[in-house]
Amino acid sequence: MAERVAQPAELARLPEPGVAREWLAAMMLIRRFEERAGEMYAKAKVGGFLHLAIGEEATIVGSTRALREQDYLISTYRSHGHTLARGSDPNRVMAELFGRVDGLCKGRGGSMHMFDLDKRFMGGYGIVGGNLPLAAGFALASDYLGRDEVTLCQFGDGASNQGTFGETMNLAALWRLPVVFMVTNNQFGMGTALERHSAVTDLMRKGEGFGVPGMRCDGMDIVDTYNVTSEALRIVREERRPVLVEAVTYRFRGHSMADPEEYRTKEQVDAWRKRDPLAVFGDQLVAAGVLDNDERAAMDHEAIERVDRAVAFADASPHPSPNDLYDDIYVLGDQVRGWYSVDERTPTPHRGEDESAMDRADLPHAAEHAGGTTPKPADDAQRGED
Amino acid sequence: MAVMRYREALNAALREEMQRDPNVLLMGEDIGVFNGAFKVTAGLLDEFGEKRVRDTPISENTIVGMGVGAAMTGLRPVVELMTINFSLLAMDQIVNHAASIRYMFGGQVKVPMVVRMPQGAGHQLGPTHSHSWEALFLHVPGLLVAAPTTAADAKGLLKSAIRDDNPVVFIEHEYLYGQRGEVPDDDDHTVRFGEAAIRREGSDVTIVGISRMALTAFRAARTLSDEHAIEADVIDPRTLRPLDLDTILASVRKTNRCVIVEEGWPHGGVGANLAALIQEQAFDDLDAPIQRVTGADVPMPYSKPLEQIAFPHEPQVVDAVLATFRDRVS
Repeated sequence: MAERVAQPAELARLPEPGVAREWLAAMMLIRRFEERAGEMYAKAKVGGFLHLAIGEEATIVGSTRALREQDYLISTYRSHGHTLARGSDPNRVMAELFGRVDGLCKGRGGSMHMFDLDKRFMGGYGIVGGNLPLAAGFALASDYLGRDEVTLCQFGDGASNQGTFGETMNLAALWRLPVVFMVTNNQFGMGTALERHSAVTDLMRKGEGFGVPGMRCDGMDIVDTYNVTSEALRIVREERRPVLVEAVTYRFRGHSMADPEEYRTKEQVDAWRKRDPLAVFGDQLVAAGVLDNDERAAMDHEAIERVDRAVAFADASPHPSPNDLYDDIYVLGDQVRGWYSVDERTPTPHRGEDESAMDRADLPHAAEHAGGTTPKPADDAQRGED
Repeated sequence: MAVMRYREALNAALREEMQRDPNVLLMGEDIGVFNGAFKVTAGLLDEFGEKRVRDTPISENTIVGMGVGAAMTGLRPVVELMTINFSLLAMDQIVNHAASIRYMFGGQVKVPMVVRMPQGAGHQLGPTHSHSWEALFLHVPGLLVAAPTTAADAKGLLKSAIRDDNPVVFIEHEYLYGQRGEVPDDDDHTVRFGEAAIRREGSDVTIVGISRMALTAFRAARTLSDEHAIEADVIDPRTLRPLDLDTILASVRKTNRCVIVEEGWPHGGVGANLAALIQEQAFDDLDAPIQRVTGADVPMPYSKPLEQIAFPHEPQVVDAVLATFRDRVS
């Protein structure tokens, strides 16, 4: 069949068929996951802010596939895709969006704060630019401990204007830390276009003054992203110096679900949508004979079903118990056995002291919640009148 | 026992903990070649080398953030900030990251790091180098906060802070750096967080003093005894998170009066918080309103006479104690 005869140049740059299929499947999973997350947000199953990565799948999968198991990945508040690409269980990612106990972070972090230590996905962070120093810290530890690990730090074009950008570039170059900084240039810092927020729009050059050389990849092209990231990682590993990679991409959806998108034109969005990384890469694989259209449709169907299962899992997972409110604030032990605080839900104001040594059932609030008599606002009003 | 200065005690703590654990490293501005702005890290670069004693650029937020990242992945960084005022540049990493990471990621990681910083007025350094901000850090769940007064506590608490698995804000005091005190010779001398020190015992009034103000409170207590026949319990909480409220409450239940002395600002201060905790739990034991003696509600002035009246001294503490006897609740 004519459509299955690939151009030689395309064939040459594609990875092995099995690898190529896995990349496409990973992008499909992220796409379908994000679409369903948006639907669940509309149904109020997901609270807070929800930032979708639809359109950025090639940047996410292409770059993370260049990492080895022991390498660290750190990302931003737009990080469902990153943790999925790293191999996190979609059930637990969706459960985190739902705020449930089986979520990656037990429902404490939500959409903006994913984390999966087992997969060395070192977190999504809600403070723009806040993750850059942490990434340099991971690299410092790897270097200090003599471990063969590198860190890939992803952040947006907007973060390149934060003070931490310059500070971290300088320190990473000065101390020759093994970290690849990847600025995901999706053209907007929230609703402010790149040329309206950055005097230097050639973002790959933005680290040069700090001693960090730049590279650029087409973030809509998974093969190019993989190749450039791989080269950057090689330089970092072998030459022990940081590299900045600009991945040029586009998000098809708004900044978050609460975005009327008045800052860009439909024509611009449509033009970028023609470069949809899933469609382009899928077409390439079909043209190269790696897949046929039935297999492609079956893979997509599999992604949809996987996300269906994740939604069912998340919906069935319980909300955290009110008794879990104070867990994991501190590492409790002999040194820190608890702390004084004030909890308006209980008659005893010094909640937290020596809690680790106490039987949970003895705590007054535990009994309250077991009996389902959590004070309601009305109770508070009544208390105020007493 | 050896007699040493507070800064030497801190130096000894750093040295011993670095000898004890190879994953302890120091980062900060001018801590190495320059030996530290206040000489706390003197000699450590020579002893441990550049890998473990790292001079950093002037990038407070990123230095602290790198410490957080390194702590998450296996090290025990001790970061020095040159004054507590500079900690505001690092507040994002201290509060949004160090304090929150364990909680927001469901307990998957810990952040065993120490951020050291000196505070305090009296050296005419004006409004950007002289403040006392225990309260800023006390406010934040997820942080431990220490504010040692004596050389022995400086050493013992810093050693405990470095060994602890939580992020610790360790507040030193510029005036106290030069003060001498007895320090146990024992290499393993640690002071556990959450245990207040009773500096002096008396049955008439409880004076709680924070950081340098524990010394001021102690001097005021001697004057009260000599000149007014009032015997004060003087309590130095030593750590504010966790706080040894039990010791303070036991004292208040004995004396029925309480004065809290701090160098920081009055609104939302350590004393405001502590007074609330005490009245919630020991209201019926109080014979007089709790008095607070605080720094003046102003940015710290440069002028020596203005600076001197902008933070508490012994006579104000004496007056506040006497007021608790005048303002007796009938």
